[in-house]
Amino acid sequence: MSSLVTKVKLKQIEQIIEKGKRLDDRSLTDYREIKIEQGVIEKAEGSARVLLGKTQVLVGVKVETGEPFPDTPNNGVMTVNAELVPLASPNFEPGPPDENSIELARVVDRGIRESHAIDTEKLCIEPGKKVFVVFVDVYVLNHDGNLIDASAIAAVAALMNTKMPNYEIKDGELKIKQGYTTLPMKSHPITVTIGKINGHLIVDPWIEEESVMDSRITFASNEDGNICAIQKGGSSYFTPQQILEASKIALAKATELRKKFDW
Amino acid sequence: MNEKTEKLIDKKGIRLDGRKADELRPVKLQVGVLSNADGSAYVEHGKNKILAAAFGPREMHPKHLAQPDRMVLRCRYHMAPFSVPERKSPAPSRREVELSKVIKESLEPALFLELYPRTGVDVFIEVLQADGGTRCASITAAALALADAGVPMKDLVVACAAGKVEDKVVLDLFDAEDKLGAADVPVAYMPNLNAVTLLQMDGILTPDEFEKAIDMAMDGCKKIYELQKEALKTKYMVIKEVEE
Repeated sequence: MSSLVTKVKLKQIEQIIEKGKRLDDRSLTDYREIKIEQGVIEKAEGSARVLLGKTQVLVGVKVETGEPFPDTPNNGVMTVNAELVPLASPNFEPGPPDENSIELARVVDRGIRESHAIDTEKLCIEPGKKVFVVFVDVYVLNHDGNLIDASAIAAVAALMNTKMPNYEIKDGELKIKQGYTTLPMKSHPITVTIGKINGHLIVDPWIEEESVMDSRITFASNEDGNICAIQKGGSSYFTPQQILEASKIALAKATELRKKFDW
Repeated sequence: MNEKTEKLIDKKGIRLDGRKADELRPVKLQVGVLSNADGSAYVEHGKNKILAAAFGPREMHPKHLAQPDRMVLRCRYHMAPFSVPERKSPAPSRREVELSKVIKESLEPALFLELYPRTGVDVFIEVLQADGGTRCASITAAALALADAGVPMKDLVVACAAGKVEDKVVLDLFDAEDKLGAADVPVAYMPNLNAVTLLQMDGILTPDEFEKAIDMAMDGCKKIYELQKEALKTKYMVIKEVEE
């Protein structure tokens, strides 16, 4: 986007934010409408599609068997990958993941990992040899801002929807049996991103706000109201006061979303 | 988590490496250590040994990445294969790509990007030895390299982490505390502007502990900030003495 257009837009967005409103009629702390559909891909062990306004993210979970990491022989493995596929935005290009998709994947990963959302000890089949590996693949389908929250919500929703194959061990061989059990989960983290435009904090920035905002900060929190992951992004700064204010807004919003989703 | 064979903090509140809760590791900073770079710095933060070099402002390569209204800052954070106990592949990992991005974003607020349109500045960071908190030490070194290159800055950027180990909020985690501890909160800060330019966290903290950790990390930053200024002055004074 040319910088001239952005500057005109910045002024417009700033002026309306000064009045406590936004271009799309939300208040500064409102989310766009959130819709979660689970189980949309039958061939995946778990899946969910999240609509956050016009932002659309699909997450598919595949469960396979593999080796544990040497330093955690009794724990299953979880990996998160994110693809900003070219159909989602005119600015996305095909090719290997760039720094934006890597950051997105790692922020989603951190929220799930640090809140101990998956009970990885229950994913152990044979200590040090065989465990279940949970692949979480984030697929951004339409980029209209705040990919982090949409992806994080979709990832947790997909995990909640994930079914694990039943198995038994016969003569040291793993045998998959009929039927499924649900993925063992201990927590359901909720991720809230706050943008900063001209000193004002706004919840769930959409794409026009993202194109002019200074920076953003993302908080993932668990059921106990504790913070489990943070990521600041963007090429500007926050004052310490703004960070504390943002953390309070984020925790309040997370509680609100948790009630709404019934997580 | 693994069974803990050793206590990370003993009954007297002393940590594994002999420090108190709010004590920094020894920090040594040196400016202008590489002759080919426009600016460079070397930092030893505990056992971390990190080199940073800045090139520019110079013409952008490839040219299409140049911006008509501002300078472009690029950062590469890279770990040497021998910097960690098990050899690290020299190819950039996902972690290194993410850290390069957040380090770039932590330095940008300090620069007057609009003063040098169409140009680029490159900052290369090589971690020669890692012992926890390398992103913070890298930022401290990178800011010095930029200052040494003569790039105008609003303030130096300085970084330090705080975290939670054995239910206690502590400053500046080293590798073992980072791996076995409950949380890690790296913070980059510009003391004169009271601006936080990098904030990340992993682990679990209550809102109160989080507030305490940020305050502690910023206090640590302020201490390293004095060392940063000292390091710049030291280089300047050496040149002056030679001239006399």
